[in-house]
Amino acid sequence: MIKQLSVFLENEPGRLVKVTRILEDANIDIRALTVAETADFGILRLIVNDPERAYSILRENNVAVASDVVLGVEVNDKPGGLRVVAELLAEGDVNIEYVYAFVTRSHESAFVVLRVDDRERATKVLKGGGVHLVEQDEVARI
Amino acid sequence: MFYNKKAEGLKPDELEKIQDKRIRQVTEYVYRNSGFYKKKFRELNLKPDDIRGVKDLGKLPLTKKTDLRDNYPYGMFCTGLENIVRVHASSGTTGKPTVVGYTANDIELWTEVMARSIMAAGGNRRDVLHVAYGYGLFTGGLGLHYGAERVGCTVIPASGGNTARQLLLMKDLGSTVLACTPSYAIYLSEYAEKEGLDPTKDLKLRVGILGAEPWSEPMRRRIEDALDIKAYDIYGLSEIMGPGVAQECEEQAGAHIWSDHFLPEVIDPKTGEQVGEGEEGELVITTLTKEGIPLLRYRTGDRTILGYDKCGCGRYHPRMIKVRGRTDDMLIIRGVNVFPSQIEHVLMKMPEVGSHYLLVVEKKGPLDVLTVKVEVTEELISDKVRDLMKLEAHIKSCISQALGVNVWVELVEPYTLKRSEGKAIRINDLREGGEK
Repeated sequence: MIKQLSVFLENEPGRLVKVTRILEDANIDIRALTVAETADFGILRLIVNDPERAYSILRENNVAVASDVVLGVEVNDKPGGLRVVAELLAEGDVNIEYVYAFVTRSHESAFVVLRVDDRERATKVLKGGGVHLVEQDEVARI
Repeated sequence: MFYNKKAEGLKPDELEKIQDKRIRQVTEYVYRNSGFYKKKFRELNLKPDDIRGVKDLGKLPLTKKTDLRDNYPYGMFCTGLENIVRVHASSGTTGKPTVVGYTANDIELWTEVMARSIMAAGGNRRDVLHVAYGYGLFTGGLGLHYGAERVGCTVIPASGGNTARQLLLMKDLGSTVLACTPSYAIYLSEYAEKEGLDPTKDLKLRVGILGAEPWSEPMRRRIEDALDIKAYDIYGLSEIMGPGVAQECEEQAGAHIWSDHFLPEVIDPKTGEQVGEGEEGELVITTLTKEGIPLLRYRTGDRTILGYDKCGCGRYHPRMIKVRGRTDDMLIIRGVNVFPSQIEHVLMKMPEVGSHYLLVVEKKGPLDVLTVKVEVTEELISDKVRDLMKLEAHIKSCISQALGVNVWVELVEPYTLKRSEGKAIRINDLREGGEK
């Protein structure tokens, strides 16, 4: 399981600049990110190398941020890699709420972030299917 | 607590007797000393003798803010500058300020009603009273200051600005009473928490004397919880005197207008006619004892209902019940009258939203569009957009229902709406001719 930061952003020019600059100044690496948006605001979801430090630095800078736990999953970086994971979850009756990919340098495997409705069952199903779950310390090393 | 037991404890018939006598005196005084009122009396074919008492109040001409502006700077003064010991001025949003002058007796009167006000709110000579109202042309700072000295409080004349220092002073000097605007009280508590202070434990505050802007009952509860104080409304305007025209007592049941000096009535702002007892309208005040600028039937622009029944504190001085805010602040959205205080009332009851908000009015095509910008609290942020959209929709429907007109709601990041160290800015009217 890995830690994800969720940042509230108004839909206005410069908002992402502010957040990324704070992280840059603190020398924090972004491993994965996605934005879910509505007409006037968005939620920026972030996986970083040091979530605890990132969280407190963002808070200190008056950024609205929350921290929660998501699943990190390693998939084969070839056609059908993600399908295997999705199938296991579907068979286990686990609903995926959202999924997004990591920025990775190696080509053998890819990592994805999964938010599911039942994390415990998802973990069991995926482990049973031989899927490797990524832990926080691995994220720091990617 | 009473500062002037005799004056504050007057029974209705005793009050009326004093008011009858004083209204005759002030009518005579302005007729003799004010070219402005003399002219008005002539136009109305009115003689000072026509005014026998309070029942004749309706015969007197109304005075408007523009009368003061038109007679800038000293045209409304009833005495020469040799008798004026101080001047205050309110900032005009457009053009010239409104200038008011005080004789030594006026300052004494102001000090007396301020002392009454502070004690009505439970202040006493053992209190350390922190004044965070601005000192200067604005009446807030000096008004509180002299009244608090009269009571015998230890006064900290902090004035406005520099919130970090304000907190340091309050903490180190052990302030027990805070005087500032309600919005600044909220800002102080917010700021304290950011600095790692718990205002309910690290500060000794027990009473807030808050005013100079309209605030709602749920906002009062928030301030009381955030600072662990009892918060009381103080009312005033520089044209009449400054703070201390009216003050809430420990019953928290509306501000008592010190009516042995300031005679209130309520009119229909459209027709100028007095409304019946218990009806809402615009508050109009006649100064009964002022010398520098006595004003007859001054239109305050504030909407309220007056309550004349005996208060739990024992006073009969009429209370301003349900202050809706200023007529000037009223927005007309697609034909519906909207007071910012109505929106505040809805918002402050929702624990999910922060204590700051901004109303933006725009013209979109032929329609007025009101957008309520609300700060989300950090506790509310989650990874799911859905939760926030639900909250947005919930706020929108609650406000729209309360106002009877549809509004838009926009969630904004915490601490992004501008904090004010004086009067809060709640409205941004982008329509042509609207005040910015």
